[in-house]
Amino acid sequence: MQKILPKSQGPGRQPPAPAPAGKGDTSLVVEARGLTKRYGQFTAVDGLNLRLAAGEIFGLLGPNGAGKTTTILMLMGLTEPSEGSVSILGYDPVRQPLEVKRRVGYLPEHVALYDDLSARENLLYTADLNGLDLSEARRRVAASLERVGLADVADKPVGAFSHGMRQRLGIADVLVKQPRLIILDEPTLGLDPEAVNQLLDLILAMAREEHLTVLLSSHQLQQVQRICTRVGIFVKGKLIAEGPISALAEQLAGGMRTLEVAAEPGGPELGELLRSIKGVVAAEPDTDHWLVRATAEVRPAIARAIVERGWSLLHLRHRDYGLEEIYLRYFQGGEA
Amino acid sequence: MRGLFAVYRKELADQLSSRRFLILFTLICLAGLSSVYTAAQSIRQEISDARGVFLLLFTTASGPLPPFYTFIAFLGPLVGLALAFDSINTERNRGTLARLLAQPIYRDAVINGKFLAAFVTVGLMLVSIVVIVSALGIRVLGVIPTPEELLRVGAFLIVCVLYVGFWLALATALSVVLRNTATAALAGIAAWIVFTFFVTMIADAIAGALFQASMAFDPQAMLQLENLRMMLARLSPNTLFQEATIAILMPKVRTLGPLLISEAIGMVPNPLPVRDSLLLVWPQVVGLLALTSICFAFAYIKFMTQEIRAL
Repeated sequence: MQKILPKSQGPGRQPPAPAPAGKGDTSLVVEARGLTKRYGQFTAVDGLNLRLAAGEIFGLLGPNGAGKTTTILMLMGLTEPSEGSVSILGYDPVRQPLEVKRRVGYLPEHVALYDDLSARENLLYTADLNGLDLSEARRRVAASLERVGLADVADKPVGAFSHGMRQRLGIADVLVKQPRLIILDEPTLGLDPEAVNQLLDLILAMAREEHLTVLLSSHQLQQVQRICTRVGIFVKGKLIAEGPISALAEQLAGGMRTLEVAAEPGGPELGELLRSIKGVVAAEPDTDHWLVRATAEVRPAIARAIVERGWSLLHLRHRDYGLEEIYLRYFQGGEA
Repeated sequence: MRGLFAVYRKELADQLSSRRFLILFTLICLAGLSSVYTAAQSIRQEISDARGVFLLLFTTASGPLPPFYTFIAFLGPLVGLALAFDSINTERNRGTLARLLAQPIYRDAVINGKFLAAFVTVGLMLVSIVVIVSALGIRVLGVIPTPEELLRVGAFLIVCVLYVGFWLALATALSVVLRNTATAALAGIAAWIVFTFFVTMIADAIAGALFQASMAFDPQAMLQLENLRMMLARLSPNTLFQEATIAILMPKVRTLGPLLISEAIGMVPNPLPVRDSLLLVWPQVVGLLALTSICFAFAYIKFMTQEIRAL
């Protein structure tokens, strides 16, 4: 497994959250070591190691059936791991499930609400289950509904809500217990692009304002890319790569850079010229330009060499790997 | 405990405001009222002695209408099944179970809270219905029940609630085991039919098969056979309920087993005091309780050990 530790947090981060009631490292919200889950012969999650610092938005990426939901259930203490251990805010979900559940908000894959109850009643039930007294519950429920923009439909039965509204109500439901960590399982599944953007903005704003740590699972890349500070790529029960998206791109290239070069006159002579430059490993013609693979920054050298020859440089670009390519590459790797 | 009461409060509110509760309540209430009213009418015409008349309201069949306790024996299972056949599987199918269990409550709070809410609903329902029909009976008969009769009616109510409680527990177990609500409802109805009709038939058939011509002259063998038949029939909660209610509501019933003529000679046909009637039905009550506990324990263990992720 290639692994990249989380980059040091950039400027403008919020101050760390107040120390939790639990023991252990305050900055580490989730710590999983060698987490494994087997169903009979089938290994759903295989030796997962995961560390989440406070304030991170971590995207657990993977195709369907990769073991994302199983992982989440183990983090919540809803399923017992076959091997390995988890610590959530210093608590063990197997031994102290209530302590974990008190502090972690979980939004399941299919947001499930009681259709015959109103939005407010659904949330009040959650508040009751969390042991809030009625006045505090009412206050928090009203605030949560306001937060997700559903205050005006609070007393309508949930059965009449659209899918996007239900997702937002699900988020409000999670917020009622004022969690330190929220876990969202495929939150954007089945939403139209606008609703997805609304929801992601909501998650982002929420995480920033309340200084929440967010773990979300998804198989939809572009969305995750936009709001995640770090992602993990999860295939067949294994976390095969982890890190900020930019770092994943570097991993993908394997330390190699790929450049697109076009010059006039082109042809095989350009290829020879490119190969002669120090640091260039390979140069191959590709449609209307050359693809150059290099181990170091060679753009100035290429530009200089072409100009010194008296040729005109038409195109010189560092090719970025988008998340789509990262995803495909890793997933293909996982399939192999 | 807090989680249990949160679930209980929500479930009780759901039950009491549900349409199926209203329908069942109306159905049983109407059945009870018509049965008790016609019983009261025939009692007025036929009986001159006012002693013990109040209890006759619940046991007298008049015309085509069966007595009140038979209505309960017949419709009670329907109530139990209807209130609980979808308790766990609906939560699971809707996905609310995962969300519920992600809250800081113990897992058993869900099944306990649901069962308790359904049980209390049944209790409220039966107590109100018995009070309503008693009021009608008192109005028509003009006879005020004695404390002893009230005690007997109270005991009858407890047996009724226990009996319906068995069906609740059975329906809860079915809702844990069977993912599909329709299947759970059908399985419940199948169990209802088996217990109501077939268990006594099977008991009769087994006793009949064991009967040999030589036994006809052997009282000991006949007695054994009869006892076997009754043991088999008593596996059904319906039999237990019928026996218990008969002994409670009819003070003159002195035994629920076979009675030899030699034992009956010289017997004074006096009504039994409440205490003795209760002693008589104690095994039946314990049997009902045991059947209920077995069903609920099964549901509980199944639910506690099921994977949440069993989709």
